[in-house]
Amino acid sequence: MMNIHRDSPPTETLPNMDKSPAVRAEDLTVVRGPRTVLRGIDFTVPRGQITGLLGPSGCGKSTLMRSIVGTQAKVTGTLDVLGRPAGHPKLRTLIGYVTQAPSVYDDLTIRQNLEYFAAILAPGHAAADQRHENVTRAIDDVDLTSHADSLAGNLSGGQRSRVSLAVALLGTPELLVLDEPTVGLDPVLRRDLWDLFHNIAAQRGATLLISSHVMDEAERCHRLLLMREGRILADDTPDALRTRTDSETVEAAFLHLVDEAVAAAAREKETTR
Amino acid sequence: MSTATHTPGTTGTATPAPTSALNLSRTTATAGRVLRQLRHDPRTIALMILVPCVMLFLLRYVFDGDPRTFDNIGASLLGIFPLITMFLVTSIATLRERTSGTLERLLAMPLGKGDLIAGYALAFGTVAIVQSILATALALWGLGLDVTGSPWLLLLVALLDALLGTALGLFVSAFAASEFQAVQFMPAVIFPQLLLCGLFTPRDNMHPVLEAISNVLPMSYAVDGMNEVLKHTDMTAAFVRDALVVAGCALLVLTLGAATLRRRTA
Repeated sequence: MMNIHRDSPPTETLPNMDKSPAVRAEDLTVVRGPRTVLRGIDFTVPRGQITGLLGPSGCGKSTLMRSIVGTQAKVTGTLDVLGRPAGHPKLRTLIGYVTQAPSVYDDLTIRQNLEYFAAILAPGHAAADQRHENVTRAIDDVDLTSHADSLAGNLSGGQRSRVSLAVALLGTPELLVLDEPTVGLDPVLRRDLWDLFHNIAAQRGATLLISSHVMDEAERCHRLLLMREGRILADDTPDALRTRTDSETVEAAFLHLVDEAVAAAAREKETTR
Repeated sequence: MSTATHTPGTTGTATPAPTSALNLSRTTATAGRVLRQLRHDPRTIALMILVPCVMLFLLRYVFDGDPRTFDNIGASLLGIFPLITMFLVTSIATLRERTSGTLERLLAMPLGKGDLIAGYALAFGTVAIVQSILATALALWGLGLDVTGSPWLLLLVALLDALLGTALGLFVSAFAASEFQAVQFMPAVIFPQLLLCGLFTPRDNMHPVLEAISNVLPMSYAVDGMNEVLKHTDMTAAFVRDALVVAGCALLVLTLGAATLRRRTA
């Protein structure tokens, strides 16, 4: 059912790149208006895995994702995505991106929405069969086959966000950037979607970067980037994080790290005074 | 491995490849999508197609005792209706595209800005053709509009006007943050042109300053072109000039509209 093209990270389009990280940032800074949203952060996102991007609302998760996709202005520092500078035209077919608010056409049906975006990704008559197959599969991936001919505007909030997710699953993206894809979904659907994410990583060799502010989802990621106030607080596996902070859950580990950071900042203030 | 070092202020420097090159399949896919969206909204289609006809019908009987006036105003209006309708529809449609996040998504995909704009122009141009054919046919054969020249020339000017309306709508949508604001651009952009285009009084009767202003407004040339068809049997030099000015303005504004579509936004 799924397009199982490859079991290992892609080698045909990006020679000698399979060992390199999917995303590499050095001294990444983003300014939005008067605010510095990302403050000179460094991190890497390994290929073929699910990396969770966690942190409170407003900590810069969405801005970081927009920078990786190449839609964020005023980005300074180094940001390489799949071996090319972020925003490179060649990356546009390789990245699937889901914004926080569902971005689909309310006055089109689910199928019409997907058919249009598929035609942008793979235009022309020759690709028509492939497109049809991709559209049907993407609708099935997000479990909306029974609603395929409903107008997106008539769907529930959770259903609309799944249509938006389906658009990102069209084609075979090497990197999926998903901004809070499971917000507002019921537990069963959330579990199913996380199973789907794991399938995509395992069977298609794709890299997934998924943001969330729900800490229990962190347990399902291979790696975690914990963010707070425009900085990376931790970059590790869930297990290592829990062990390092001697915590039961990732949530407790996160709180522990925040307290540590606040205490360190206070000490610094003390010494500079 | 290549690296990107952006500097503030020089946004989008990492995308040096041409992005507004036209791709026919993507353009027609976009036009098809816009028309499909319209098809789910039959009331808008009905309003776009029927309102100009109803207005012409009204006008014919407002000037019941003075058919000469109807000839003058009717021909001008055949050029003005498509401009106004397409302006409104395009400004709202592109504003929706900007605010719904679909524009950001499309520009993160391999879609050229030119594809998007040409797609919109193609879709609304098609609607404008239908609208103009109906309005022109009604005016000529239903309401007895007395035109010396060829109806095809009327249709050509109407089509160019529709394109101009699409271009203006696309352009102003970049400056509107909400649908309220977008609708308010209609009196701001269209009404002054309507007053100065020669519909109410010949342009050379106006105060010289106003006449000079009307000389640089594209709608003036749309109305002049319609009047040329009204009065002359063949295609005059003045008509060709008027048509070229309207077409040139439409292309210029479309290009400006393309510049307002940014792949990278704050």
